[in-house]
Amino acid sequence: MKEEKLFAENSPISSNRRWGMVIDLDRCTGCQACVVACHAENNVPVVGEAEAAYGRWMHWIHIERYWEGEYPNIKARFMPVLCQQCDEAPCEPVCPVFATYHTDEGLNAQIYNRCIGTRYCGSACPYKVRTFNWFDPEFPEPLKEQLNPNVTVRTRGIMEKCTFCIQRIRQVEEGAKMADRVLEDGEIQPACAQSCPPGAIVFGNLEDEDSLASKLASSRRSFRLLDELGTGPAVIYLKGGETNV
Amino acid sequence: MSEAIPLAGKGPAPEKSRTDSLPASLSNEYQDRLLLEAMKDWEINQAVLEPMSRTGPWFWVIVAVLAAIVAWGLYAWGYQIYWGFGVAGINRPVYWGFYIATFIFWVGISHAGTMISAVLRIFKVDWRRPITRGAEAMTAFALMMAGLFPLIHLGRVWKFYWMIPYPNNRFMWPNFQSPLMWDMIAIFTYLIGSSLYLYLAMIPDMAMARDNTVRWRYKLYRLMALGWRGTEAEWHKLHRALNIFSIIIIPVFLSVHSIVSWDFAVTLQPRWHSTIFAPYFVIGAIYSGLAALAAILVLVRWGMKLQNFLRMEHFNALGKVVMVAGLGWLYFWFAGLIVEWYGNEPVVMELLHEEFIGSLAPLFYLQMTCNVLPIFFLMFKKVRTTPVLLLTFAIMINIGMFIERVLIVIGDLQRNYLPFNWGTYRPTWVEISIVAMTFAGFSLLYILFSRIFPYVPVWEIKEGRLRYTLRRIGRLLIPTAAEIE
Repeated sequence: MKEEKLFAENSPISSNRRWGMVIDLDRCTGCQACVVACHAENNVPVVGEAEAAYGRWMHWIHIERYWEGEYPNIKARFMPVLCQQCDEAPCEPVCPVFATYHTDEGLNAQIYNRCIGTRYCGSACPYKVRTFNWFDPEFPEPLKEQLNPNVTVRTRGIMEKCTFCIQRIRQVEEGAKMADRVLEDGEIQPACAQSCPPGAIVFGNLEDEDSLASKLASSRRSFRLLDELGTGPAVIYLKGGETNV
Repeated sequence: MSEAIPLAGKGPAPEKSRTDSLPASLSNEYQDRLLLEAMKDWEINQAVLEPMSRTGPWFWVIVAVLAAIVAWGLYAWGYQIYWGFGVAGINRPVYWGFYIATFIFWVGISHAGTMISAVLRIFKVDWRRPITRGAEAMTAFALMMAGLFPLIHLGRVWKFYWMIPYPNNRFMWPNFQSPLMWDMIAIFTYLIGSSLYLYLAMIPDMAMARDNTVRWRYKLYRLMALGWRGTEAEWHKLHRALNIFSIIIIPVFLSVHSIVSWDFAVTLQPRWHSTIFAPYFVIGAIYSGLAALAAILVLVRWGMKLQNFLRMEHFNALGKVVMVAGLGWLYFWFAGLIVEWYGNEPVVMELLHEEFIGSLAPLFYLQMTCNVLPIFFLMFKKVRTTPVLLLTFAIMINIGMFIERVLIVIGDLQRNYLPFNWGTYRPTWVEISIVAMTFAGFSLLYILFSRIFPYVPVWEIKEGRLRYTLRRIGRLLIPTAAEIE
């Protein structure tokens, strides 16, 4: 009976969804709380200082910091960058084994078990948000105790990336389905959105015109990262007047 | 080459003449046209078979050194599989490193074999005859080395078979949209095709070797000759098969390096995303492959004392083709560059800046020197026909082309659209060992091949000699070339 329900026609899964995220850069303070929250939620390994300096950090979301202007009129600009969950994702067609593919809900899924580690998706991604497991993951002592049981720990030699906290999406979706009610806007909170102190990150269904994310996305301040490449990102940035951080 | 040969130039008569009826004044010219000393058939057999068993102490020293390098490389590969890919030098923007650059290099080297044997066979170019086998063997072994890299660079090499379309209980097929799949199919096709091509052309020589050897060699050659007797029907079939193969393998050889280039060109990575990449890669492959062939021929000729067969005429002709390929490479390189330059895209300009005056400049200028300088020197016949000079320039070209691949793969990956993600790359001992392993492995396979199989295609040479005869027209003796293929 349960199985029938899982694959029913009007199942909330596979309905008309396009998960998206709006990041208000005017609000972002660059505090990196989202980075830490993401590491904790998704069992993302910490690689250590030397490896990180060589470009092997594995953050699924990272804060890009740019300096603007000349000293002394200098400004720091922060931009949280995570997988843009592109509509026309450059990473997807290049995978030889379908380890990365497009879901019904518009997400770029990464199947860890299927990945053989060609790193082609990483080379193809213009945002460079895919990370590779260079070694078997190591979690130093206190961190070992807080691994999230809902997320697999990835082995060496495979790619991984932001999933929009797919485990949270599924949990809320299935909870709603069991309770036989529709999903509310804002019910699903990825770890980064949940932990953002100024509330710069808003997650929601872009297909739903009434969702907060949709409303924010239609703002005059909105832009998408490297939009000119035609990748169709689902992450929308907001950037308006002068913010001097 | 099938037109009548004009007579010019006189020289001293050779000591032994194949055709006694030949006037002394003509025989020198005749011999030049044949690209062969006047020898009897059994002398040719002997001259080809004899160096195969001549393995002095130095030969075994070289074999031992090469085998040691291969063993060390295998250890490095095992080390990488055991500890994870982090022991190699790649990192986040530079997801592909030395391995992929060397992969392109080897695929490039493999192109000369087909270029020489198939293209020149179709056009009935006579100087190809003594060097086809060496070129085809180079193709096969270079492809074997190239084929290792898609495995070596896998994060989980023990799952490589997921790239092979095999029926399985999950109904999972590989993604035929992925250029890596095209790559795998193209390389397998080319490897199978070129190995068969190498083998087909070897059958009559296997029979010749069978008839002239004893013990294990006899058993091996008897097995490989497939009962060849040399009847008219057999020759007819062999020629048909070779003609079909020559024509079929040319599109395959063009497609292989085009597909390798599309691994890069289909991505959005600046400077990779270019329509000229396919022909640029193909011409670069021919350039480096022919140069590598010239270098190998010089070395083999010296090592196996094949001066009778690999003569200055061959090096002269080969040098000319290398020069033309080099000019073609330069043209495609420039055609790509000028468009990128005028496009003035910020990322592309940053990459060009890196190459011209940035951190990649030393490599870039070394590459351009190694690639362009030989083109000018190869214009001189003196350079083309002096083995040491030809060897030097051929090695230079290959250094240049290797660096070119390094610059394309590693150099271009270091920069991308978002400056936050820029990075650098340093190869580690693991990568260097594995790359060295393929060079040693190639050399090892090649020199073992040259001692086990006749390096010079004897039947092709004999056939070439049959093409030329002297006809008396009135009082004039005229050498004629016949259509025999």
